[in-house]
Amino acid sequence: METILEVKDLVRHFGKLTAVNNVSFKIPRGVCFGLLGPNGAGKTTTVEIMEGIQAPSAGQVLYKNHPLDQQFRQEAGIQFQSTALQEFLTVQDTLNLFGNLYQKTIPQQELIELCSLGDFLDRYTHKLSGGQRQRVLLAIALINDPEIIFLDEPTTGLDPQARRNFWQLIELVKSRDKTIVLTTHYMEEAETLCDIIAIMDKGKVISQGTPRDLLQAHFADTVIQLPKDIDEQILHEMQLSFYVRNSHYDIQSENIEHTIQTLLTHKIPLQQMQIRAWNLEDLFLSLTGSELRV
Amino acid sequence: MQAFIAIFLARNKEFLRDRSSLSWNIAFPILLVFGFSIIFSDDNNLLYKVGVIGTQQQLTTVLPNFAQTQHIQFVEFTDTQQAQDRVRKHQLDLVIQTHPQAVYWINSSSPKGYLLERILWGSGGQDFAQQTVEGKEIRYVDWVLPGILAMNMMFSCLFGVGYVIVRYRKNGYLKRLKATPLSAVQFLLAQMASRLILIQAITVFVYVGCDLFIDFHMIGSYWLLFFVSTLGSICLINMGLLVAARLRSEELAGGMLNLFSWPMMLLSGVWFSLEGSPEWVIALAQILPLTHLVEGARAIMTEGAGITQIFPELLALSLMSLLFLIIGALIFRWE
Repeated sequence: METILEVKDLVRHFGKLTAVNNVSFKIPRGVCFGLLGPNGAGKTTTVEIMEGIQAPSAGQVLYKNHPLDQQFRQEAGIQFQSTALQEFLTVQDTLNLFGNLYQKTIPQQELIELCSLGDFLDRYTHKLSGGQRQRVLLAIALINDPEIIFLDEPTTGLDPQARRNFWQLIELVKSRDKTIVLTTHYMEEAETLCDIIAIMDKGKVISQGTPRDLLQAHFADTVIQLPKDIDEQILHEMQLSFYVRNSHYDIQSENIEHTIQTLLTHKIPLQQMQIRAWNLEDLFLSLTGSELRV
Repeated sequence: MQAFIAIFLARNKEFLRDRSSLSWNIAFPILLVFGFSIIFSDDNNLLYKVGVIGTQQQLTTVLPNFAQTQHIQFVEFTDTQQAQDRVRKHQLDLVIQTHPQAVYWINSSSPKGYLLERILWGSGGQDFAQQTVEGKEIRYVDWVLPGILAMNMMFSCLFGVGYVIVRYRKNGYLKRLKATPLSAVQFLLAQMASRLILIQAITVFVYVGCDLFIDFHMIGSYWLLFFVSTLGSICLINMGLLVAARLRSEELAGGMLNLFSWPMMLLSGVWFSLEGSPEWVIALAQILPLTHLVEGARAIMTEGAGITQIFPELLALSLMSLLFLIIGALIFRWE
C-alpha cells in the first residue's frame, strides 16, 4: 500500500526530558492509524511533530515523500486536544472563517449534514456542549476536504453516549477514504476505529501492527478472570500464568477444560468466574503496566 | 487576501458583539469628558501660575515679597513671545519681567490675572508697566479632550490587540490557526486593521457626540486631526503587538500592558501640562508615543497648528510605529 505519511527516527527533548525517543513508522493511505499509550507517553508530542506544529529535535516527517510544506497545510485536517474558538462567533461564522483560509473546501451544506451541526448553527461556539463542540472542531478539521486527518484524543471528556456518536461520525469519515491518525487512551475506541495501532510508552513505540496481529502475538487463546479474594500463593502452586489486576486475576489459558479442572481440584470457588477473549486493554496493560506472574 | 478579510471580519464581529466591552469603550471617554466639563465648569483651581522672564532669582532680588507669595507657581521663560502666548490662552495668569524693563502682562479677560495684578501692586510692584493681551480662554475641558480621547485609544489599542492575542495564544486558538495555511503576517495585519478601524470609528463617534453638547475649542484642520489620530492608533497597536509577540500568560501580559499604559497616562500630558516638570520627566515623556499623539492633537485643536508645526510629532509616531512593528513581527510566535 502507498505510504502517505512517514515518520523517521523522531526525537524530541524538553530540557533533560526525552519526550519522544527515536520513533519511526509508516502510515499507508486510507487507514485509520491509532497511536496509543498512557498519559505522558509522548503521543501528543509525536502527533504535533507529525502535524508540523512542533519541530523535532532530530528526525524527519515526510508527507507524500516530501518534508511538510504548504501543500501539507492545504491537505491536512487537524483537531487538537483542546482548542478555544473565537468568542462571539456562531458555528456558522466559524465555518465561514475557516473555510476562507483554504483554497479547496468541502461544500458547507455537506459538512453541516455530515457532522450534524444543523441544530446549533446560530449558537455562539463558547455556548456549546462538549459533544457539540467536538463535532464543530471535527467539522473545522474536515473543512478543506483533507487527505489526512489528525485527531488528538477527540473523545476525552465526552460522556459515553456522545463518544459513541462521535465514533459513528469517524466511521462516516473513514468511508470517504480518508487517512486518519488518532491518538487515544481508550482501548475500546482504538479497537472500534483503528486498522493499525502503535503502542507508545515512555517516548518509544513498543509494539505496532493490526490489533488482531498484536493480540495473537502476545497472548495465548483465552483469559479466565477470577475475583481477587483468592490467595495469590495458591495460583502459583497450581503453576498457572496470570496477571494481577486491581480487582481480579487474569489467568492465561491454552486449554479451558484443563485449567478449570485444575481450579476445581484446588477447591477454588468459580461463582464469579468469567471467560473471555483477550482485548487491547489487556495488551496495553501487559505492555505498559503490570507484570505477568508465573 | 481572502484569508485576511476572513480574519478581519471575524475580529470585527467578536468586538462588536461583545456588548459589555464595546459599551465600555464608548462610555468611558464620554463619562470622563462630561465629568471634567462639569467639575471644571467654574474655575475653582486655586493655584496661580506666573511666568517669569529670566530667572526666578532675579525676581526674588527685585520683588522679594511677591516672589514669596504662597499659592503661586512660578515658571521660568526665556522667550517673551512664548510666555505672552500662554497668557493669551489663559495657561499663565500673569507674566512678569524685571530686566531690561519692569513689565508685566495679563489677559484682560482673566479674573485670575486681575487678582494677581492686585497682589503684585500690594507687594512692591506698583511701578511695573502693565501690558494686556487678548485671547479667548481655552477651558480645561478643551485642553484635556485630546488627552482623554488619546488615552481611550491607548487602552483600546494596547489591550484590544496585546491582551487579546495573548489570550488567543493561551487558549490554543493561535495554535489552531497555525495548523491552517494562514501566515502570521496575514493574521497580524488583520488584527491591526480591525482594531484601527473600530477605534477610529469609536473616537469619531465620541468626539462628535460630545461636541454637540460641549462645543469644543477646535481651530485647526479636522483632516490633520484625523491623520494624527490614525497614526497614533497605529503606533499604539504596534506597541500592543510587541508586548503580545511572545507572552503566554494573560496575567503577565496585563501587567506588562499596565507597565506601559500607566506611565503614559501620567506622564504624556493627558491631564496636566508637563511644563515646569523636572528635566528627566520631560525627557522620559518624549519616548512615550502617547505624548506625541496628545501634543499633536492638542496643538491642532487649541492652536490651529498645521502639518509643519506638528511634524516632529508625526515623525516620532511614524518612527516608533515602524520600530515596534519590525521587532514585534520578528519575535512573534504562534505558541
